[in-house]
Order: sequence, then C-alpha cells, then structure tokens
Amino acid sequence: MAKILTNNLNLWYGTFQALKAVNSSIEANRITAIIGPSGCGKSTLLRVFNRMNDLIEGVRTDGEVLIDGSNILNSRTDLVVLRKKVGMVFQRPNPFPLSIYENIVFGEKIHAEGITRDKLDEIVERSLKDVLLWDELKDRLNEPALRLSLEQKQRLCIARLIAVKPDVLLMDEPCSTLDPQATERVEELMRELKARYTIIIVTHNMQQAARVSDDTGFMLLGELIEFGKTEHIFTAPHDRRTEDYITGRYG
Amino acid sequence: MERHLDQELKELNKDILKMGAYAEEAIFKSVEALKNRDRELAKSVIDDDSNIDKLDLTVDEKCIDLIARYQPMAKDLRFITTGMKINAELERIADIAVDIAQRTLEIVDKPLLKPLIDIPKLANVAQNMVKMSIDSFVNGDIALAKKVLLSDSEADQLRNTIQKELIEDYMLKDASTAPRAVQLLLIARFLERICDHTTNIAEDVIYMVQAEVVKHHPEKLK
Repeated sequence: MAKILTNNLNLWYGTFQALKAVNSSIEANRITAIIGPSGCGKSTLLRVFNRMNDLIEGVRTDGEVLIDGSNILNSRTDLVVLRKKVGMVFQRPNPFPLSIYENIVFGEKIHAEGITRDKLDEIVERSLKDVLLWDELKDRLNEPALRLSLEQKQRLCIARLIAVKPDVLLMDEPCSTLDPQATERVEELMRELKARYTIIIVTHNMQQAARVSDDTGFMLLGELIEFGKTEHIFTAPHDRRTEDYITGRYG
Repeated sequence: MERHLDQELKELNKDILKMGAYAEEAIFKSVEALKNRDRELAKSVIDDDSNIDKLDLTVDEKCIDLIARYQPMAKDLRFITTGMKINAELERIADIAVDIAQRTLEIVDKPLLKPLIDIPKLANVAQNMVKMSIDSFVNGDIALAKKVLLSDSEADQLRNTIQKELIEDYMLKDASTAPRAVQLLLIARFLERICDHTTNIAEDVIYMVQAEVVKHHPEKLK
C-alpha cells in the first residue's frame, strides 16, 4: 500500500489555483523527488503533506490526502501529531538559537512532558548518530547551534526531526545553500535514512533528483504531469512537457 | 529556443555522418578491389583506416565531453549514448573492410577461382544496410531501422550459399583450391558481420527514437 496517496487534490490560494487534480502515490522507504519550474506547485504539494499551508491565509483544499490510509485534510486531524509524524527540512537550515542539545530535545520535550534526562541524552545520541554528527559534536553539545557550519546546521535540523520519530521526511530544497561536497554528504545521508523513512524532496537541481531519488514527479502550472521511476523520467519520459523541462527546452 | 547544446549535438551528428560515409567508402573500395583485382585500391583501404580511427576517437571524446559538461537527460542523453555506440559499430565496420582488403591482397595475384557473383551481391546488401542504418540514425526513421533488421536474413542466406558452394564445389572436389576458397569464405563471413553491425545500429536507433530496447527482444519488432 502506498504510504501517501493524493486523490484529486486541488488547492487554492484565494482565487489562484496552485494544485490541480493531483493524483499521486508515494511509497514508503523510497526517496521521491518533485521537480518543476518555479511556481509549479511543488513546494505547495510538499507542504500539503503536513498541512503547513494551513498557516497561509485564504488557503482552501479539496480532494484527499491519505497517509497510512487516513485523510489528513480531515478537520479532525491533530496537527501536532501529524507534524510529528511528517516532519520538514527547509531550504535554509533553521536551528533554534539554543544549544545543539536543546535543539534536538526541543520536540521531544513538547511531545513527552516529564521525560527523564537519561532518556533525552539517549535521544540526542541516537539522533546525532543517525545524521553522522555524533563524533563531531559529542563534546560540544552545549554550544550554540548557530555556531555550526551550514552543513552541520542542516544535519542538525534533520536530527531534530528524527528525534521525534517521524515516518515521513519532507525536504524542501535541503541542499540549495550547501556546497557540492556538503550536498553529496547530505544526499548520502538521505540514502541511509530511506531504509527507515519515506522521504520526499523538492528540488530545482535536476541532477540531484536524478542522483538521489527512486521516483520522480514532474509538476507544471499546478498539475502533476508525470510521475514514475526516476530512471524512466530522466531517460525516457512519456510526456513532451517533461522532456522539454528536463532537457532545458522549457520556456 | 535553440540551446547551446543543440549546436553541439548538430556537430556530433555531422561527425557521426562522416564516420558513416568513411565506413561506406571503405566497404565499397574493399569490394571493388576484390572484383577488379586492384592491389592499390586494397592498400588504400588499409591506409585510410587511420583517418577513421582518428575520427572514432574524436567522436568518443566529444560524447564524453558533452555528458560531463551538460549532464544531458532524456532524448539528449539517448542521442549522445546512441551516437557513441553507433560510432563504435562504424569503426568496427571499417576495420572489417580492412580485413576484406587484406584477404583480397592474399589472392589478388592468383587466378580467380570462379566468377564472383554472390559475393558482390552480399557486398551490395551490406553497403545498403550500412547506408540505411546511417540514414535511419540521421532521420530518426524507425521504419527504415526496422527494414535494416529485416534485411539481415538475406545476408545470412547469401553467406550460406557462398559457403556451401565454396566448400562443396571447390574445396571438397579439389583441395588445391582451398587457399583461395578460404579467403573468399572469410570475405563472405566479413561481409555478413558488417550486416550484423548494421542491425546493432538499427536497434540503437530504435532505442534513441522511442526509448524502447529491442535488442535481444525480437518479439518487440513484430
């Protein structure tokens, strides 16, 4: 069964329709890339999966978004629970102005009040190990997170997500501020994490989508034009519009 | 909107066409040399091969360079990778023309074993298949590529006829004909190999145009 299923999903920002009848099926333990030109709706689609668009005034959606079979667009959805289950990494790493340690335990403190220090220590160690930062940072846990390098900050943000044991990781241009080496290391991390999570990445960087993802969706003007195995999309796309975009003929 | 890559692909296309023309010329000359017992022409095929080898390297380098610099996708990627494979097939075809010229030099001073009928016929089929395969590449013509694939059985049949005749009518009847008959046998075999290379080109063209792998899947051609 698909981890995430969208059925005839439409979304409007006021009168502007940003998503048009999107039908997609996203599998667990795979990396799905969403590509498309600026303004095509790819970030909007990503933000639907943990209802981040709710924060924008005048947003209206219809259709269904089923995660593990339940429709998260339902008004009874507990958003705190949803966002714990479906976490997001942003374009610019956004650690809190707190210590490295406090960044990682921040979510857990909200979700599990009265949790012991030992338990929190364990979470910090596990989360930092998962993002391959433990050896670098284990003796600096009380330093301000804002002192870290950009790559370390982005990894820390991923560790902060993982700490609350999500199922789905949403990544919106997670490497756009990183240099090629740091990008490669974050991509390697994504490959390691996919065994345990469903990862969806929005990226402008087509080579990155081709390198890192298992499935790729191409969006244009709010429509999901084509969705399929990454190797097919990048070697033999079915739709002319996909072909034009990935070969740089678009526009 | 024409991209800079389009210019580069046009240049690549031109070079592959040039490879095709060289290969065609090499086959033509090698068979003419055999038919006309022309030692100089046979030698020129061998000498000219270095030009083809040079162009082969140029095309390969260009393809690798384009992949590295443009990271092409979809049909651009299929065009470049197919171009690279076709280039290798053409270089191989030209090498076989050299083989034919070398065999020709072995027999050019000896009396003709028999009037050549089927070998020139097979040579015609081979030249046609080379031409059709190159045209199918240049024009992205699937129908023509399929025609190349269908022509292969004619080449096989001709090769078999030549083989049977040389063995049964000459070698078995008069062992002294063997040294000359073997050269002709090899030439027939070489011409048939050329046809096999053109079918590889045709299969690559079908992949390039419609992204469908027909190689090793004959059922897909029906």
